[in-house]
Amino acid sequence: MSEATFPLLSLTTFAPIVGAIFVMVVRGTQEEVARNARWLALVATTTTFLLSLLVLANFDGSTADFQLVEDVPWLPSIGISYKMGVDGISIWFVLLSTLLTPLCILASWNSIKTRVREYMIAFLILETMMVGMFCALDMMLFYFFFEGVLLPMYLIIGVWGGARRIYASFKFFLYTLLGSILMLVALIALYFAAGGTTDIPTLMQTSFPYELQMLCWLAFFASFAVKVPMWPVHTWLPDAHVEAPTAGSVILAGVLLKMGGYGFLRFSIPMMPLASDAYAPLVFVLSCVAVVYTSLVALVQEDMKKLIAYSSIAHMGFVTAAIFSMNETAVAGSIIQMLSHGLVSGALFLCVGVVYDRLHTREISRYGGLATNMPRYALVFMFFTMASVGLPGTSGFVGEFLILYGAFENNTWVASFLATGLILGACYALYLYRRVVFGDLTKDDVKAMLDMSPREIAIFAPLIVLTLWMGIYPATFLDPIEASVTHLVETYDAALAAAQDGAVSVAESQ
Amino acid sequence: MEALIVFLPLVGALVAGFGGRAIAGHKGDLFAQIVSSGLLVLAAIFAWITFINVGILAHDAADKAYTINLLHWVAVGDFAFDWALRIDTLTAVMLVVVTSVSSVVHIYSIGYMHHDPSIPRFQAYLSLFTFMMLMLVTADNLVQMFFGWEGVGLASYLLIGFWYKKPSANAAAIKAFVVNRVGDFGFALGIFGTFVMTGSLGFDAIFAAIPGIVEGGDAGQTFQFLWMTLTPQEAITCICLLLFMGAMGKSAQLGLHTWLPDAMEGPTPVSALIHAATMVTAGVFMVCRLSPIFEYSETALTVVTFVGAMTAFFAATVGLTQNDIKRVIAYSTCSQLGYMFFAAGVSAYPAAMFHLFTHAFFKALLFLGAGSVIHAVSDEQDMRKMGGLAPHIKKTMVMMWIGSLALGGIGIPGTQIGFAGFFSKDAILESAYGAHTGIGMFAFWMGIAAAVMTAFYSWRLLWMTFHTPARADERVMAHVHESPNVMLVPLYLLAIGAVFAGVVFAPYFTGHHFAEFWGDSIKILEEHKALENAHHVPVWVKMLPLVVGIIGIAGAVWVYRSGLERGRRIGEFWGPFYQFSLNKWYFDELYNFLFVRPAFAIGRFFWKRGDGQTIDGLGPDGVAKTTAFAAGRLSLLQTGYLYHYAFAMLIGVVVLVSFYLLAH
Repeated sequence: MSEATFPLLSLTTFAPIVGAIFVMVVRGTQEEVARNARWLALVATTTTFLLSLLVLANFDGSTADFQLVEDVPWLPSIGISYKMGVDGISIWFVLLSTLLTPLCILASWNSIKTRVREYMIAFLILETMMVGMFCALDMMLFYFFFEGVLLPMYLIIGVWGGARRIYASFKFFLYTLLGSILMLVALIALYFAAGGTTDIPTLMQTSFPYELQMLCWLAFFASFAVKVPMWPVHTWLPDAHVEAPTAGSVILAGVLLKMGGYGFLRFSIPMMPLASDAYAPLVFVLSCVAVVYTSLVALVQEDMKKLIAYSSIAHMGFVTAAIFSMNETAVAGSIIQMLSHGLVSGALFLCVGVVYDRLHTREISRYGGLATNMPRYALVFMFFTMASVGLPGTSGFVGEFLILYGAFENNTWVASFLATGLILGACYALYLYRRVVFGDLTKDDVKAMLDMSPREIAIFAPLIVLTLWMGIYPATFLDPIEASVTHLVETYDAALAAAQDGAVSVAESQ
Repeated sequence: MEALIVFLPLVGALVAGFGGRAIAGHKGDLFAQIVSSGLLVLAAIFAWITFINVGILAHDAADKAYTINLLHWVAVGDFAFDWALRIDTLTAVMLVVVTSVSSVVHIYSIGYMHHDPSIPRFQAYLSLFTFMMLMLVTADNLVQMFFGWEGVGLASYLLIGFWYKKPSANAAAIKAFVVNRVGDFGFALGIFGTFVMTGSLGFDAIFAAIPGIVEGGDAGQTFQFLWMTLTPQEAITCICLLLFMGAMGKSAQLGLHTWLPDAMEGPTPVSALIHAATMVTAGVFMVCRLSPIFEYSETALTVVTFVGAMTAFFAATVGLTQNDIKRVIAYSTCSQLGYMFFAAGVSAYPAAMFHLFTHAFFKALLFLGAGSVIHAVSDEQDMRKMGGLAPHIKKTMVMMWIGSLALGGIGIPGTQIGFAGFFSKDAILESAYGAHTGIGMFAFWMGIAAAVMTAFYSWRLLWMTFHTPARADERVMAHVHESPNVMLVPLYLLAIGAVFAGVVFAPYFTGHHFAEFWGDSIKILEEHKALENAHHVPVWVKMLPLVVGIIGIAGAVWVYRSGLERGRRIGEFWGPFYQFSLNKWYFDELYNFLFVRPAFAIGRFFWKRGDGQTIDGLGPDGVAKTTAFAAGRLSLLQTGYLYHYAFAMLIGVVVLVSFYLLAH
């Protein structure tokens, strides 16, 4: 251990696993096990959230350095160590993961009835993997967590999912596995090129040869683009969302999609700046296509979850375009947009879950007129619909607006295409809302639906507060990330400038 | 106090929306009405005090314009903007308009909505709207303006769709939001362009930077927008046009106007407040607020003038033939907004703001009067089923007459006698003439043409509603009753405005010393003398609006004096023209054909053919099929997943080796 810091990050990361062990040893009748498993999982995830708040309290936003670093040699012979740490880019993702998980446990309280214990264990392991992934500062450790996220999610969809869960989970697994394998290859290539280190901070400062960058970038891209997901490797997402249980969808949209964006910011940009610059046009084109294409597809969906899934792809199109615009505004905007999307799309999936629990269908046309008998639900759903379309005052606006400006500064074409998302987003979101909540209440089974319970309100309350907070006073969220974002952009620009100088001096010497 | 003006309505919205039934139990409805109305009346009183202080009493620059900072909003590098309240004459005028009309509408709603089951929700939406509108007009930077801009859009959406059980109301609500978003698309890009050019989003800094960019700037500096490479001068035109796109959406100008008539699906008090007096004038306010930018682009001003003049004319032609009482007034609003825009386009911003001010009173009066009529005839809105109401609802009739006289701009030229619209509309027409430009003359004649039609459709409305023989069935006629005082008193208050707002405020808004009144809140370049010239136009220019107004009135009375028969025959005679007007120039059909249906068709195509057949077909499903086939063969030799992993590793090693070789 390099320095004697209190291992707060490890504690946060592995607290859920400890909870999982407790859940595992629960004994009793099936009912008792289920009840105890729920409560234990809730306690464990809430504790984790409180621990992550401690992480935030100990985080110093004025520096771009990695903080709360823990470094233990793991396989010293080949230079792999157990290294954890957070900076401005990862800190909020850690909190997003630890916030959403307890809400997911709450959301699954009554809707999961079979194999409750196993479900809770899967969720707890999933949380460890997510938090670990955002904290890992060693490439191999990162890869371990990155892949580790897949398994519990695969099980959650495959075991507790809907009718076509097997197809969806396989599709999900195949897509992401294909990307992962390529990424592993690139990781190994970087390992050798950097002289045998897997230390992420060291790799971020290493300048790799141009050709290697170009190849490795594509390999990383294969993995991250699938995760985001970018058009045209997005088709796993609607299926996965549709089949996943509500809480699975929340984590999928809330955290898993952010792994791609985070990967771009942690690996592609700092380690392969020249390639990032060279491939940026490709990313812009794919992002713009994603925004327009998936928004139009969302417009014609007949399944609530599918519609929101497609809208997620459109929103993530904003993020990818922003990341590769590589100016401070755009990158800060991309992080805020990812956080906001985590809250808002998570909440939208929870909104679907609320009515799904009552009527057991996601088909939009089966609903209608809910405003009459579920006014509280109508209000919450309206709130998040508006946050999703980026109404100023909500978190969605701050992210989108920063992104659009950042993109505009870089390339007005990109900004203009992205901005059509403002119009199309309003179309599909309001059209969905109208068909579900407005209209006359005619169907008998819909009439019988009850408004939200206190438990459900408790799930939404923190999300509403955060969405407004991030929309009205985003400084709380922007301040801790600013130093890291500035550093990222400056390093990137410096790398490009150095390459430029190099090229010039080579040309001159000839 | 300024902060109270803005935030009292928000408090009202929250208390009425969430607290009503919790605090006051079964009296929750009444509680919500009293709290929200009371707070707004209070805000209105403060607004008038501010208006008198800032607009009329203050002479120092520091008292004429000041900013109250509330909270930092966003700061990423230089891209920073705050929550702040900017108070100057322009804001003060809007504060008065918004809070005054809003408070009378709040009170009127107590009577109008008293059968409705969702009263707290309605009052909360009204107050929320008022808050957003006040945030819009007090903004000291473009982004806060955008906040208010979208916020009023939200409130408008919620209120148009207030009766959410009606499919038509839901459709209208979505249409309003989406069409406004099209405008906001331009607005947002305009904001970014402004920041790129001036390095700021705050009004003061932007306005200070613009003249330098036009006159000096970096030599040879260019700006890139899409395929265009723009000089600084062209870039200013470009951002003005983008920003104006937002104004066109919000103010329902030709091309982006289609949502406004449909918005009449909302309850009538909403139409009066949002879709006549306040929100739809936000675009005009925006152009006036940004006059220090627009002034530097002749091209942009020409476009503003042209669009305004065309809208004034277009909407008036449609208003001639509509049969829904609210739609007639809606098109009239659209047309009057056109007047305001072409006034702004010829740099007569004070005249535009003056018309905005007077229009708020008389148009709200007309809408609320129409609401009173609708209330009287059991929620019928079709004027063909009205008639003969004059003896039954005399007070409402008088109010509608006053509103129409003000809208028609009736008054005696050369004197101080006239209804509110007389002063402001004539100021606009005279300014258009006084601009002495081609586009100014175009606007002037379009305005005159619209004035004839305005008078015609207004008196057509009056006659069809009140003075022709009754056409409603006996059951409805037996029910016809005058509205209660809680609805009539707001009408009286607005009527005072419709009669006196012109004569009292004309000297300040557009008189010889208008510059003192407006201070620095409006900028007019030396060479733009339309408003000064307006005071010296020929006599025939002063007389013409009145003359054409009387012609229009006489025409309407002649056609409708004995019933609808003559009007119908004229319609038949002018067949195609009549249909063209009745169908609103076929804009809805055109947009449906061009945008709505293709969007759904393309979406379906992408979904089924793109995602389904192409991507999945070639991607996972195709691979799965091929793999299943191959695995089926290979499993003869080897079984289990181990093989797959081994195979994957093998591929990995191969790729790794190739990487390694390539890298060296």
